[in-house]
Amino acid sequence: MSSEGAQQDETGAAAEGRTVRVVLVDDHRMFRTGVQAEIGETGRTGVEVVGEAADVDQALTVITATRPEVVLLDVHLPGGGGVEVLRRSAAMMADAERPVRFLALSVSDAAEDVIGVIRGGARGYVTKTITGTDLVNAVFRVSDGDAVFSPRLAGFVLDAFASTDAPPVDEDLDRLTQREREVLRLIARGYAYKEIAKQLFISVKTVESHVSAVLRKLQLSNRHELTRWAAARRLV
Amino acid sequence: MTTAPPRAESHYAPAPDPDEPPVRKLYRSADGRLLGGVARGLAGHLGLPVSWVRIVFVALFLADGMGALLYAAFWFFVPLGVGGVDHRHPATAGGKRLLPRHKPDKGQVFALIALLIGTAIVASRFQLGQAKGYVWPVLLIGAGVALVWRQADNSRRAQWLELGRRKGVLPVLRGAAGVLLVGIGVTGIVVLQGSVRHLGSVLQASLAVVVGIALLAGPYLVRITQDLSEERLMRIRAQERAEVAAHVHDSVLHTLTLIQRNAEDPREVARLARAQERELRAWLYKPEGRGKEEDEEPATVAEAVRKSAAEVEDDHGVPIEVVAVGDCPLDEALDAQMQAAREAMVNAAKYGGEGGAVQVFAEVEGLTVFVSVRDRGPGFDLDAVPEDRMGVRESIIGRMERNGGTARLRSAPEGGTVVELEMERPAKERET
Repeated sequence: MSSEGAQQDETGAAAEGRTVRVVLVDDHRMFRTGVQAEIGETGRTGVEVVGEAADVDQALTVITATRPEVVLLDVHLPGGGGVEVLRRSAAMMADAERPVRFLALSVSDAAEDVIGVIRGGARGYVTKTITGTDLVNAVFRVSDGDAVFSPRLAGFVLDAFASTDAPPVDEDLDRLTQREREVLRLIARGYAYKEIAKQLFISVKTVESHVSAVLRKLQLSNRHELTRWAAARRLV
Repeated sequence: MTTAPPRAESHYAPAPDPDEPPVRKLYRSADGRLLGGVARGLAGHLGLPVSWVRIVFVALFLADGMGALLYAAFWFFVPLGVGGVDHRHPATAGGKRLLPRHKPDKGQVFALIALLIGTAIVASRFQLGQAKGYVWPVLLIGAGVALVWRQADNSRRAQWLELGRRKGVLPVLRGAAGVLLVGIGVTGIVVLQGSVRHLGSVLQASLAVVVGIALLAGPYLVRITQDLSEERLMRIRAQERAEVAAHVHDSVLHTLTLIQRNAEDPREVARLARAQERELRAWLYKPEGRGKEEDEEPATVAEAVRKSAAEVEDDHGVPIEVVAVGDCPLDEALDAQMQAAREAMVNAAKYGGEGGAVQVFAEVEGLTVFVSVRDRGPGFDLDAVPEDRMGVRESIIGRMERNGGTARLRSAPEGGTVVELEMERPAKERET
């Protein structure tokens, strides 16, 4: 994940002087303080922490009140966990004007935790070992609507799709394309998006859209859900 | 039942049996008993042969039936326990089978009958006067009470031997029989008092009282039972938590001590912290029984890669992130691949460790096993490595090729080195 520092210029958001408003949800006060300090230390003023919460109810109150662009969400929370926060803020995620996006930030890298919050609608997953620079980059990328995958997460996804290799009902929706698999495999091997782009002779944007496609396929398992998803985003 | 349970401690010298329980309290013996275990328990307590005690009881019984009453009193008041002599009975060697409880042998039945007769004799002797008619109802009540008490006794013993939880009709039947006996006894007394004509109404009234009491006490009883089971559940959970905490605290404290001692050596501190983190993760996030025994020989590809990574990480203090996709059992060729992968990890940790974590990716897809090891160090040119340095050439490339696989070594796009190892598995293992 240290490689994602290489992408710092790629997103370019900070250079434009844009500010991303962030809410921190974690039940450990020490950790919240640490993240605040870390973000400040990167010397980039692009990320502003506008609120903090320690449990599910608090999180919903703070998120509704501040309407941040990105929520850094811990997976294990008192009151139902990160999944519960995601479930109860589905409307805010689907809001077309100012969508709230979630980036899961957890110490746990157990498959069920990771896949759980991704299915819940989080746009990415990073572990707490991430450096401040990488975290800021991840926040920017998520606020742009892209997905952030850690190598482990890519591994889980590959694993999950590999184990259901039996032909699904809706093949084109349920399975990853060859290209998406390739991208995931490179992420799992620790390559940054930029490096993947170079290796596959595609643009970084294409890599990001592949990754987003993977995320979409992970959340939605059939056409029915896709229709609902598209409707929620006013795409149809 | 007027005979008080004798307090026979301290009058006699302790038995020479070295296996005697440390607390010398009188218990009835659960092992190898004929009837209630009274004689055996007493013998164990007094340090006398069982037969002596039995003879004394029989003698007392023959005298005027006192023995029976005494025995009954003991049975009633003395709790069941492990006080008996010779409780390492061959039948219970396995610790599983106990006592002739399910099929009472003839001796036990005989003893029970004898006891009943004895009690009857005693009762008839003492209550010969005005209340002769009450003897049998009282006896019935006594038998009923004894049955119910014995029921409690049995379930206690079952709990004590952790053999409980077995639901059966027998306990319920026994309890019901006890209640029935008591009921008949009480009815008998009522009848004997000459109020036969009131029997119906008396029964109705008693029934009403019983139902009333049940209604009043029922909710309390239910709540008490629920509280009890809840409390038991909490206790089990607490025990489990304590077990995990004990293990975790131990190892964490150990690591913290080591870290304090090595505070001036950041590499060592980092190594200790990583090792501790790995162990904690194994405890917290891995499925039951996984990742706990690091010493065991790995049997599958993912396990082997993880184990190698952990060991290299420990040896070189460089964090190694492992992503494993799919899994399959190891064979000879895959063993060689794992060795090569380990060598690649060692190289990456040694020469590329400054650039951050080493990333290891292992994938089993269909028949292909692929391992990539990547570092972000300065990178190195294979052709520039002196001929006499056999690490890469022999341990990685040579080993893979000898076993029918391929190894590629190249520089990663943003600096660093990537080692890619690929191996085909024989087709017969496809199903796994």
